[in-house]
Amino acid sequence: MPDMDRDYRIIGFLCNWCSYGGADAAGVARFSQPTELRIIRVPCSGRVDPMFVAKALLSGADGVLVSGCHPRDCHYTEGNLYARRRLELLRRFLPIIGVDEGRFEYVWVSASEGSRWRDMVTKFTEKIHALGPMPRMAEAARTLCTLEGMLGVSSAQPDMWHADAAGKPPAQRPGQNALLSMDDYKEVMDGE
Amino acid sequence: MRIGVMVCHCGNNIAATVDCEAVALAAREFPDVVFSTDHMYACSDPGQGTIEKTIRELKLDGVVVASCSPRMHEVTFRRAVERAGLNRYMFEMANIREHVAWISLDRKRNTEKAIDLVRMAVEKLRYDRPLTAKSFEVQKRVLIIGAGVAGIQAALDCAEGGLDVILVERRQSIGGVMSKLDKTFPTVDCSVCVLGPKMVDVGQHPRITLHALSEVEELSGYVGNFEVKIRKKSPFVDWTKCTGCGACLEKCPSRKVRDSHNEGICTTTAITIPFPQAIPKRAAIDPTVCLRFTKGKCGVCQKICPADAIDYDMADEVITEKVGAVIAATGLDLFDHKKCGEYGGGRYPDVITSLQYERMLSASGPTAGHIKRPSNGEEPKTVVFIACVGSRDRSVDRPYCSNFCCMYTAKQAILTRDHIPDSRAYVFYMDIRATGKGYEEFVRRAQEEYDVQYIRGRVAQVYPDGNQLVVRGADTLLGSQVEIKADLVVLAVGAESAHGAPELAEKLRISYDAYGFFLESHPKLRPVETNTVGVFLAGACQAPKDIPASVAQASAAAGKVLALLSKDKLESDPQIAQVQTIRCIGCGKCERTCPFGAIRMRELRDGSKRAEVVETVCQGCGICSVTCPVRAIQLAHFTDSQLLAEVNALCRTWTETTES
Repeated sequence: MPDMDRDYRIIGFLCNWCSYGGADAAGVARFSQPTELRIIRVPCSGRVDPMFVAKALLSGADGVLVSGCHPRDCHYTEGNLYARRRLELLRRFLPIIGVDEGRFEYVWVSASEGSRWRDMVTKFTEKIHALGPMPRMAEAARTLCTLEGMLGVSSAQPDMWHADAAGKPPAQRPGQNALLSMDDYKEVMDGE
Repeated sequence: MRIGVMVCHCGNNIAATVDCEAVALAAREFPDVVFSTDHMYACSDPGQGTIEKTIRELKLDGVVVASCSPRMHEVTFRRAVERAGLNRYMFEMANIREHVAWISLDRKRNTEKAIDLVRMAVEKLRYDRPLTAKSFEVQKRVLIIGAGVAGIQAALDCAEGGLDVILVERRQSIGGVMSKLDKTFPTVDCSVCVLGPKMVDVGQHPRITLHALSEVEELSGYVGNFEVKIRKKSPFVDWTKCTGCGACLEKCPSRKVRDSHNEGICTTTAITIPFPQAIPKRAAIDPTVCLRFTKGKCGVCQKICPADAIDYDMADEVITEKVGAVIAATGLDLFDHKKCGEYGGGRYPDVITSLQYERMLSASGPTAGHIKRPSNGEEPKTVVFIACVGSRDRSVDRPYCSNFCCMYTAKQAILTRDHIPDSRAYVFYMDIRATGKGYEEFVRRAQEEYDVQYIRGRVAQVYPDGNQLVVRGADTLLGSQVEIKADLVVLAVGAESAHGAPELAEKLRISYDAYGFFLESHPKLRPVETNTVGVFLAGACQAPKDIPASVAQASAAAGKVLALLSKDKLESDPQIAQVQTIRCIGCGKCERTCPFGAIRMRELRDGSKRAEVVETVCQGCGICSVTCPVRAIQLAHFTDSQLLAEVNALCRTWTETTES
């Protein structure tokens, strides 16, 4: 049931050069916006691992918004093109793990587009309000842990997904009871 | 780990809508936080002093400051942290001003959000590692794109400062818009007399390499070590032989070519030298109109040329130059007056643009300085100027003020009365914006000494009546309609970004606004820098600017470049990719994905391969981190652990709040 009074949990991944600047510009212009979105700054939208998004959605976020530079205008030349390919695939993949694809969106906002950023945040927040709270997904969370396991990182605790902290060599690939082999997933993500 | 948190009030900027004390109190509960406080201005001298003092006294290993955007003051605070003996990367910022305080008035929700952002910053900081910058050699050369007055000024300043300058101009001659002007306001100086000597200086300066008729094709590399590909378009004339004698121009049979230097009010030849003061003063053939190229006939210029310089088979040439910094000075283009159909531009010959009028006023122009009606060549007795054509007009998507039209209109009105003493000059205006030094006085002189009639109001329509034009508009001060029979109508067309500006911005990896003007790094404090380190802006490519402002910004950009390249070595940003060799499986995906070629495969003794990051080449985008199938490559300061720590910090609190 959509409840306009309660606050939703929304995470935004914004590239430092365009969208973070756009969000700053929106603030400087004092554009009134919904407050629910929490912004995580990344150097480039190409730094956003689709697994971050999946992880966030399965761990308690009601929506995730990724924003980068407009295609062809990337500070790193082509980072946002990689992002687009990865995130588009993620968007189509979400229903497979039982997440409404409306809970995730990727957009392009440049550093001068403060008003566009305001519109994006407002629209996305309204959409999440319409979708209501994210159902707690024990099954999906377990799937995620399996996927994490395939990455060779600790899957014991759902919120200890720290690849570089583990420092261990990759674990054996389980392969059998997985929904989607992680290697296939990576192939599709980065293949031409 | 021992973390200190400081929450900034920013005067009232943050404190008005965020309970900073509550945020600081909440932060005390976060893991590893041993100290938390709030401060009126964290960036002030006492604020930074407090940070330094607490680091020393409480032996902190890391600091979080919750204040403005890191794009604003991250560098400031990193320096403070470093002064207190910490590594400057043991610092995180929570943006509670632009992203919290300024976008909502809901104090309760803002405070909750600010607490969340501080929590995220603390969690990220717990995974921060000290990073050390590497230094690398720089090229003491600068690329300047565009050789209008801004590019010329920047080139001369940089060259005088001891840098080698590569100056690229897409037109045949340098000089830009200023070389087309007759006089400049408010002194009514001769434009080309002021600019000409500077153009000659550029042509003769031993440190300046000029590439006219050239465009930047590609820019790669990074600050200190850019590599630029320049396409030198073929002029079909060997410029090392051409002496600029002009014999070819006299004999060229194609005489109906639009003269772009004279804004199309007269024609020129297919082989041209655009104007007498051109630098370089060399002829070039326009292959789109030359008979030799369009019909395969002719060849007169080749026969006539005393220097044997004509070469119809000459091809474009692409050259590569290495530079340490770039200044974009691509200037402006003018609004297409045909888009405002009510004024009849393009339909009635006696409706012309201000720049066409300028060419008419110029002694070296096609009319030798005589004002003539294009329809019949007679001297006009009534000239009407219409201001704000394509400026401050949302209906044609030009909401911005073009900055200089008020002033050049006053100048042109004065010149009209000077050239034709028995003429009448009318100006339809919206507001007069005369904010520069001596500008307001100049407009006053036009009105009082030269008796130019200023009518405040918009023109509704221009229509022909006999061999005259009727200008119908409103006088909003009198509240009445006005109709003026005019012999000539001059449209004060506004400025637009230069044709192709967005494409160039994409090559330079800088941002541009909705109208194609390049974006500066900070509107107040970094007006000539861009967000790409080593790329600077000068002149009207950033926003419409008049000559003094363009020149000032050009010198400012040159100053920035000289300061940057005064060092023999620059420090590279250590926030770059790092390979965990023990995890790397040598698949080479990162090498293929890296946009900078910063990753190479290194062969181990057993013949297997491992990725390796070339530290000074890596720009820290992190694309490789996501590409790596085994997470063996991590972007320092933005590792998976750190970004997930931020996600987890939020999700954990959210889950806890729901469950409790």
